[in-house]
Amino acid sequence: MAQMKYFYELTISSSPHVHSPVTTRTVMRDVLIALTPALAGSVWFFGFRALLMTLISAAACMFFEWAYCKLMKTDCKVYDLSAAVTGVLLAFVCPVSIPYWMLIIGDFFAIVVVKQLFGGIGKNFVNPALAARAFLFSWPVAMSTWVKAGWENWFGIFESVTVDTVTSATPMSVMHQGSMEGIDLMDLFLGKVGGCIGETSALLLLIGFVYLLVRKIISPRIPLAYIGTVAVLTFLFPMGNDNLMWMGAQVLGGGLMLGAIFMATDYVTTPVTKLGQLIFGIGCGLLTVVIRYFGGYSEGVSYAILVMNCCVVLLDKIGRPKKFGAPKKEAAKR
Amino acid sequence: MAFPFFGGVHPKENKGYASERKTQPFPEPDILVIPMSQHIGAPCKPLVKKGDRVTLGQKIGDNEGLCVPVHASVSGTVKAVEMRPHTCGTTMMSVVIENDHLDELCPDIQPRSREAVAKMTPEELMAIIREAGIVGMGGATFPTHVKLSSGIGKVDTIIVNASECEPYITADDRLCREYPGELLSGLQVIMKILGLNSAHIALEDNKPEAVKSLRRAIDPKSGIVVEPLPTKYPQGAEKQLIYAITGREVPSGGLPAAVGCAVFNVATCKAIHDAVYQGMPLVRRIVTVSGDIVMEPKNLMVPIGTSFNDLLEAVGHSQNPYKVLSGGPMMGASQYDLSVPVIKGSNAVTILGKRNKFAIEHSACIRCGKCVDACPMHLMPVLMYESLYSGDLENMKAMNLMDCIECGCCAYTCPACVPLVLAFRSGKHKLRDAAKR
Repeated sequence: MAQMKYFYELTISSSPHVHSPVTTRTVMRDVLIALTPALAGSVWFFGFRALLMTLISAAACMFFEWAYCKLMKTDCKVYDLSAAVTGVLLAFVCPVSIPYWMLIIGDFFAIVVVKQLFGGIGKNFVNPALAARAFLFSWPVAMSTWVKAGWENWFGIFESVTVDTVTSATPMSVMHQGSMEGIDLMDLFLGKVGGCIGETSALLLLIGFVYLLVRKIISPRIPLAYIGTVAVLTFLFPMGNDNLMWMGAQVLGGGLMLGAIFMATDYVTTPVTKLGQLIFGIGCGLLTVVIRYFGGYSEGVSYAILVMNCCVVLLDKIGRPKKFGAPKKEAAKR
Repeated sequence: MAFPFFGGVHPKENKGYASERKTQPFPEPDILVIPMSQHIGAPCKPLVKKGDRVTLGQKIGDNEGLCVPVHASVSGTVKAVEMRPHTCGTTMMSVVIENDHLDELCPDIQPRSREAVAKMTPEELMAIIREAGIVGMGGATFPTHVKLSSGIGKVDTIIVNASECEPYITADDRLCREYPGELLSGLQVIMKILGLNSAHIALEDNKPEAVKSLRRAIDPKSGIVVEPLPTKYPQGAEKQLIYAITGREVPSGGLPAAVGCAVFNVATCKAIHDAVYQGMPLVRRIVTVSGDIVMEPKNLMVPIGTSFNDLLEAVGHSQNPYKVLSGGPMMGASQYDLSVPVIKGSNAVTILGKRNKFAIEHSACIRCGKCVDACPMHLMPVLMYESLYSGDLENMKAMNLMDCIECGCCAYTCPACVPLVLAFRSGKHKLRDAAKR
């Protein structure tokens, strides 16, 4: 053009031209950071095998993601860390005694079958880690062999079940019988009980929850609606005569905290609308209590979330906000 | 503030440096390009031809219908009347003036006394405003006299918009600090035309100095109140601003007058003062020239028609620009040719040097819902994008795509960096095309 004084290579693009520093990768990184207290707890309670399991599972998930993308010749997005989050979460919902090969099969199922076959990140409709856990129940014995939390576990690094470990009943299976025998609320809160490696310590999971809230990664709607519903229902319909005790044990025990904070808030498989998220949380709570009370298995969190995952499209339809400036009843005042 | 609007984002403000710089007069450029279309509506027809001599403030283009005239912003000789690049991205008929640096005033420009103005009827005032070429100077450039005449009898609330929620821009902030008297006297002309005795001046609370300066200048009997609003983008978007001040929602597809409101930019108020009391048409405006690689961000009093090149030279930049924007980084239009001129609606030139990954690549949507939380129009960008992606026109319409104000909150906040605004613009085009067929 006439009288151009300088020639710069200027980029033309649509507005906006600035972007918030938050990207998928930083979100996933924050989730991993929020999971570290619980990971530390799992090592404390179940020994180094818990750490090894978590690392192997995360590595396997990232490998499967990378391998699938290579095979399908699509863009490899391993660096977004979402596969690592799936791997860590899957390890967290397995007992410390399962063999590594089983865990790796679970990783394969989570990443390849649940996530990539449905179109990759953002397209899967159920939570990959929970679906893989459900799949791993093809080996029911391995998935429900519990180890007592404690120092003894520090010796069984490589073997899956050592002589030292005792197959024990978890608080959940005790309560499933309608009994409160030997259940200590403080142990449940701190996590010194049998169970899946990442789910036992309510305290450490809550620390992660606070971190996620502070970093604005998740909104508290789903976890509060979920845990609140479970609390109300168990308080109203206790087994035994101590409402509060029963409620506390049900809220702190099992996978509820892990599920409500990290699984039911998974972006991809939960509603995007405020109302939808509330209904989602309440639905999860309701189903969890129903499964715990009337199901054959003592734990209901994972199935509750999986079922609610399937309702997300419907919930978003219900929760769709009224657009700004939509006609109101009394809008015709002028 | 009584009514915080829903949604919005908090981009880094980056206003600190420029907001403390006093507005400087710009060294008059040698060549000015004055486009015939600087407003919404019919473009002007040039009234001068090559070789004519023009004086400062002389009318050089006008037309009938929804149109306001344009004026020469300096005195000099018309070098050409031809198509020249325009900030909107295409070329536009423009008058090119070679500046003689004499600033010889057009003889028509005569100041009016307070008494004379006080006796004028609203119709006479609106005629002055039209002849002075005044349009909404916040960027929308809607002819002000049309807004006024269509608002008489319908409007019960006047809002002056000085919220300036875009990062980097400080032009309105400086205007409130340096010209509070002119601003208020222009506002009083608006109040007189609309027959109202109160008005609100809305600012974001990140401009405490501007609030102080206005409060000092306001006559307590005038009925004008300053309303500091929380700093949140897009506080200055017309519909969100009206909601923030009055709690009224402008109906979908409607104008502010539908809820009894009229919104004027602060710079427009000052232009009205200049036109009514000094007889001076709109030939200069304050432009913030800033950006991440700008060495010395400035607020400049610039003659309309000054090229972006001249502005870049005035501030200096530490490395080659990556993008040059007409406007701020949230809604500004990126320019490919820096010979484009400053027009009546250009409040800022933003020069960005840092490449951000946003412009280069995006990953898949992870359905985080941040866009739903950020949308000030309460839409669902995530689902709008999905239906756009699958080419479902019906669903796009049902998702209220046409209500999108393109503020950029969704794309700003998207962790997958999906270019949502770009997608919605093309979706709107598709819907308009489909409606034509």
